[in-house]
Amino acid sequence: MPFVTWLKRHLVVIAGLFTLAYLLLPNIVVTVFSFNKPKGRFNYQWQQFSTDAWKDPCGVADMCGSLSLSLQIAFWATVGATLLGTMIAFALVRYRFRARSAVNSLIFLPMAMPEVVMAASLLTLFLNMGARLGFWTILIAHIMFCLSFVVVAVKARVMSMDPRLEEAARDLYAGPVQTFLRVTLPIAAPGIAAGALLSFALSFDDFIITNFNAGSTVTFPMFVWGSAQRGTPVQINVIGTAMFLVAVLFVLVSMLITNRRNSQKA
Amino acid sequence: MTTDNSGDVRLSGISKTYDNGFTAVHPLDLTVPQGSFFALLGASGCGKTTTLRMIAGLEEPSTGTVHLGDQDVTLLPPYKRPVNTVFQSYALFPHLDIFENVAFGLRRRGIKSVKKQVEEMLELVQLGEQARKKPHQLSGGQQQRVAVARALINHPKVLLLDEPLGALDLKLRRQMQLELKRIQTEVGITFVHVTHDQEEAMTMADTVAVMNAGRVEQLGAPSDLYENPRTTFVANFLGTSNLIEAEVGTGNGDDLVLKAGGGKLILPRARCSAPATAGGKVLVGIRPEKIALTHADDAGTIPEGRNRLTGRIADASFIGVSTQYVIDSPVCDELAVYVQNVERDGRLVPGAEVVLHWSPAHTFGLDATQDIDAGVETVEEEAA
Repeated sequence: MPFVTWLKRHLVVIAGLFTLAYLLLPNIVVTVFSFNKPKGRFNYQWQQFSTDAWKDPCGVADMCGSLSLSLQIAFWATVGATLLGTMIAFALVRYRFRARSAVNSLIFLPMAMPEVVMAASLLTLFLNMGARLGFWTILIAHIMFCLSFVVVAVKARVMSMDPRLEEAARDLYAGPVQTFLRVTLPIAAPGIAAGALLSFALSFDDFIITNFNAGSTVTFPMFVWGSAQRGTPVQINVIGTAMFLVAVLFVLVSMLITNRRNSQKA
Repeated sequence: MTTDNSGDVRLSGISKTYDNGFTAVHPLDLTVPQGSFFALLGASGCGKTTTLRMIAGLEEPSTGTVHLGDQDVTLLPPYKRPVNTVFQSYALFPHLDIFENVAFGLRRRGIKSVKKQVEEMLELVQLGEQARKKPHQLSGGQQQRVAVARALINHPKVLLLDEPLGALDLKLRRQMQLELKRIQTEVGITFVHVTHDQEEAMTMADTVAVMNAGRVEQLGAPSDLYENPRTTFVANFLGTSNLIEAEVGTGNGDDLVLKAGGGKLILPRARCSAPATAGGKVLVGIRPEKIALTHADDAGTIPEGRNRLTGRIADASFIGVSTQYVIDSPVCDELAVYVQNVERDGRLVPGAEVVLHWSPAHTFGLDATQDIDAGVETVEEEAA
């Protein structure tokens, strides 16, 4: 049975390809439908090929405004969460202080808590404080839930770091600032970058917490949700596809850089 | 270089007690002269690494001072001390290539043109080809040489080595011992070397300080330490010693006469580190290779004036250059005797009655109030 032997030999590859297809299928659908020209307001059935939406991505009222708002919030949330989270991670790994173990487990709590519960309690808090809901309340909320992820990512990296490396740097005439900039930070960088990327992705597509605490402000996920009630413009698929392509581009570039480094060494 | 003493390391009353109350190093005075190869030898946890780290500035002493030459560096941070360290795990910077690792110290001191110096240093440690590789791409021995190059390029007054060969296999370790010794002779820098390997300390160092439980037990040239140990710890930790409990009899002149079992043993007074009052107890020590074995039938052929004991061979193991015997004697069980395989006496098999004899000049005397087994277990533990 040549077919059976062939199957046995390639089973792992086949299973891998199926899994990959399963993961990527939604993205493919989104991409394909970004070239659709739907009849009516809903972009759920394939009609005919068109690049209209790609030529005019901001053609839908308010969409690009909400996109820009989401990007801004995601950017600042990433900056805030990465800065704070990195410092917390260093404190938790490097210093012995009272309640250290308590803080260590409390940091995980926001990740485990149902988002809707957190959203509702945040809203209660903001209302009681008399805060005006909008950009700032969304940003504060996003930094809050991104923080745990940054701490976890950076902590893992810092924990696996040999403290002797910093001692070696100090032994080789690097003062505290130099030691941090030249040795500690570069070695912790992959963990920090992972935390930052995660923060950006989490903040950009967050809906539940944002929806509770946004007031009259509309972010991109909220816009998509809102328009889905009345009709889905093709431009939503265009933005989705563009985001996906940017992410793929990121991965490709970083892979190219590592490849080139490796080939240089060899 | 002979008149220059800027590479002297002087520790005065230095000690380290941690916050949890554990005292790693008891007040300690130590002087390492410029240009010498000095070894701190001891089992793990004896305080040798802590002492080294206090010289480097990585650990703050609880009391006492550290001087380099005439300069008091006790309060200087490590990056202001003219001292560099080769760490046990090498601590090479994983994100920098070999060239940048070696250049690190120069760059931090604001030296702009480092290329020539780094290349020369890499040549010295035979790694010129590897300059653009990352540390993880090198073998253990190569990484070790990078660590040495990274420290030496700064021309420190003192180079500190914290178990630098611990991670290497035996053959490579022997090779690197010679290499380090060669580099030290070449550059003439003071080396302070921390190790738990007594053979390594004895081969490499001019002076060895044996440390135990935060104190220096004995300090001296390797041969002095070996031939005339002053504590049971040193006697057992450096090589193997037979220690026999004996009673001090009448002394005559330069020699002490001791009673052990029925026989008497002679010990030069100068080689006894214990107070020897008549009737008191001392431990008589003798190294296994100093003892000669003669079959009991030939006892008459043993020259006069030698110390002798009788016993029965309990075990004999042939290991090529020598045969190691374990001998049960009425005064002491399990005496070790190493005999060179020059002319083997076929009668020396387990069960045979023998006479052990040795020159009184090789005998040493220790204080009997000490733990007779101090330093024994530690050696086995490290060897495992």
